[in-house]
Amino acid sequence: MPRLILEPRFHVEYLSILDSEGNLDASLEPKLPPGDLKALYRAMVLGRRLDERMVRLQRQGRIGTFAPIKGQEASQMGSVFALRPTDWMVPSFRETAAMIWRGWPIEKILLFFAGYVEGGQPAPDQHDLPITIPVGTQLPHAVGLAYAAQYRGDDAVVMAYFGDGATSEGDFHEALNFAGVWHVPVVFICQNNQWAISVPLKKQTHSKTIAQKALAYGLPGIQVDGNDVLAVYVAAREAVERAHAGEGPTLIECVTYRLGVHTTADDPTKYRAQEEVAAWEQKDPLTRFRAHLEKKDLLEDGVEQRVDEEIAEAVRRFEATPPADPLAVFDHVYAEMPPHLRAQREDLARWLREGAAPGPAATPTPPGATPMRGQRLTRR
Amino acid sequence: MVKALNLALLQEMERDPDVLILGEDVGVDGGVFRVTDDLQRKFGSQRVIDSPLAEAAIIGTAVGMALYGLKPVCEIQFSGFAFQCFHQIENHAARYRMRSQGRFHCQMVIRMPYGGGVRALEHHTESEEQFYAHVPGLKMVIPSGPRTARALLTSAIRDPDPVIFFESKALYHAAKEEIPEESESFPIGRAQVVREGRDLTLVAYGAMLRVAREAADVLQAEDGVETDVVDLLTIAPLDRETIVTSVGKTGRAVVIHEAPKSFGPGAEIAASIMEGTFLHLEAPVRRVTAHDVSFVGFAREKANVPDVARVVAAARETLAF
Repeated sequence: MPRLILEPRFHVEYLSILDSEGNLDASLEPKLPPGDLKALYRAMVLGRRLDERMVRLQRQGRIGTFAPIKGQEASQMGSVFALRPTDWMVPSFRETAAMIWRGWPIEKILLFFAGYVEGGQPAPDQHDLPITIPVGTQLPHAVGLAYAAQYRGDDAVVMAYFGDGATSEGDFHEALNFAGVWHVPVVFICQNNQWAISVPLKKQTHSKTIAQKALAYGLPGIQVDGNDVLAVYVAAREAVERAHAGEGPTLIECVTYRLGVHTTADDPTKYRAQEEVAAWEQKDPLTRFRAHLEKKDLLEDGVEQRVDEEIAEAVRRFEATPPADPLAVFDHVYAEMPPHLRAQREDLARWLREGAAPGPAATPTPPGATPMRGQRLTRR
Repeated sequence: MVKALNLALLQEMERDPDVLILGEDVGVDGGVFRVTDDLQRKFGSQRVIDSPLAEAAIIGTAVGMALYGLKPVCEIQFSGFAFQCFHQIENHAARYRMRSQGRFHCQMVIRMPYGGGVRALEHHTESEEQFYAHVPGLKMVIPSGPRTARALLTSAIRDPDPVIFFESKALYHAAKEEIPEESESFPIGRAQVVREGRDLTLVAYGAMLRVAREAADVLQAEDGVETDVVDLLTIAPLDRETIVTSVGKTGRAVVIHEAPKSFGPGAEIAASIMEGTFLHLEAPVRRVTAHDVSFVGFAREKANVPDVARVVAAARETLAF
C-alpha cells in the first residue's frame, strides 16, 4: 500500500497556425478551398463592421444594450464554420458573427437588441437556439440536445458557446460532466476573452488553462490561438469529426480578447489598462487573416463596401418594423391561453382602446348565484 | 399512490417513444420512493436514465431534450433540492416558448415529492408550490390521491407546456384507491368539487384534501353544516371559475395548504374570490396554512401543518361571522 503517483497521461494541446506577424505553419494549414477562405474573411468583416454599426445605433438610441464582439471574430467564425446546417448551434449572448453565419438575418438581431421578442425566433428549419443571457445556463441544453440527437439516431453535432466567466458557473461543470458520462456529440467553445466584465481571468480561475478543465470530466480539451481563424477552424473541425464519429465531446478554449466594452453599458477604462488593449490590437484576428489572403492573392476588392451595403439594407428593414403590438405579450406563454391570461389580455385591450381601468373580475360572477350580503338567509 | 404513478409512466412510455425518464436513482433503484420501479428493466437505460447527481443539469439537459422534441419526465428526489435547478426551470423551461416566439417549447414534466408527515429531515418536508405557481409559463399540479395522481400525470406528460408535478410523500403509501386499468387523464387547470354543500367552501389540494374532507365530516356530524370541498388539483393556472362558483353559492370560504401563509396559494385564491364574487361573501376568506417559518423539524410538525381540528375551528369562526 504505497503512496503512488497516478501519472495520468493527460495533456493539453495548444494550436496556432497563423500568428499575429502573419507567419504560417504550412504543415498545419487546413486545406480550405479559396471560396471558403473568402467566405470566412467576409463573415469576419461583416461581424466587425456590424459591431461598429451597432455601437453607433446604440449610442443613437435606436437599439438598446448589447454585447459587442470586436476582437472575437476568428473564435466565432473558425468554430461555427465547421458545422453543417443540420448541426445545432447554442449561443450565449456575444456570438453575432456566428449567428449571422448560421442564418439569423441581421435585422432580426437588431430587433432582438431593440427590445422585440420577435428577434429571438429562429426560422422553422434553423437548428439554432436563441440568445441565452444567464451565464453558462445554455450548456446543459446543448448536452440535452446532443443526447436527444443520439437517442433518435440523428447524425447531428451540437456546438455551444460561452466565455471564460462561465467556466466558474456550476452549469458549466455539470454540463461537461453529463456530456462526459453520456458520451454525447457536443463541442464546447469557450471564447476566453480575458475579462468577465471587470474580473480578469486570473481572478476567475487558478487553472493554467481553461482547456484542462475538460480532463477532469474525461474529455479532451485543447487551447487554440483564438485570434487565428485557421487554428480555431482546425480544432473545431477535428472536434466536430470526433463527435460525428461517436467519439464524444470536446472542449476548445479559444484564447482571444474583448477589444471593446463588455456591453454598451460598460466602461472598461475603469478596470483595465489601455496598454493591454493596445497590445491585443496588435493581434487583431482580421489584420493577420487579411494579410494571409493577400499573400494568397485571395483578397477581393470592395468587401468592406459590400458588407456595409448589406448592413445598411438590414438597418433599413429593421427600422421599417411596425411598432410592437402590446397585446402580443400574451401569445407565447402557454400553448393555449388559459382563462386568466385571456382576461388580462381583454383588460389590456380595453385599456388601450378606451383607457378603462383593469377589470375588477378575473372571472364573471356565476349566474344564479346567491343574492348580495344582507339579503340572503343564512343558517346562523 | 406510488403504483398509480408508476402505471401512468409505464402506459405513457408504451404509448410514446419520445417519453423518457431521468433523475437520480430512477433506474436500477426505481427511485427512492419506487415510483419508477422496474421501468429501466422494461425500457432500457437510454430511456430511463440514472443521471449524475446534479439537479441543474437534470433539468437543463431535459430542457435540451425537450427543445429537440423529446418529452422528458424528470424526477427531483425531494422538492427541497429543487432550488439547485430553479434557474433552469424559471429561466428556461418556463420561457423557451416565449423566448423563441413559439419556435421551441418544453414539453416536460418535473416530478418532485413534497410535504410533511413522514418524519423526515430538513429539505425533505417542505411544501413550496408557491414558487412555481408564480412563474408564467409553468403549470403546477398536485394530485390528492392515486386516481388523480395517475390521471394527472398522464395529462402532464401529454401537455405541451412544462408541468411541475408535486407528489405528497404522506400519500405515497397511505392513499389507496381503485383506479381503472385503462389509461385515463384529467384536464390540467380544472378543479373538482368532491363534496357538495351550501354553507361553506373548503379549498384544498394534495395531502390537505384529506384534512378538508375529514373537517367537512366533522362539521356535518357536529354542526349540521353542509360543505363544498374543492380539490384544486392544479395550482396554476388556477381554476378560478370553480372556486368562485362554489363561494358564490356558499358565501364563505376556508383555504387550506401546507405551504407558508404569506404570498401562498391561499392569498391568490382569496383575491380571486374577492374579484369574482365579492358581493356574495358573507365572511372574510380564512386561510389555514403552515406558518411563515422555513423548517420546524418533525418533533414540532403537528403544530405547523394544518390538521382537522384547526380547519374545523376556522370554519366555525367563518360560519359565525
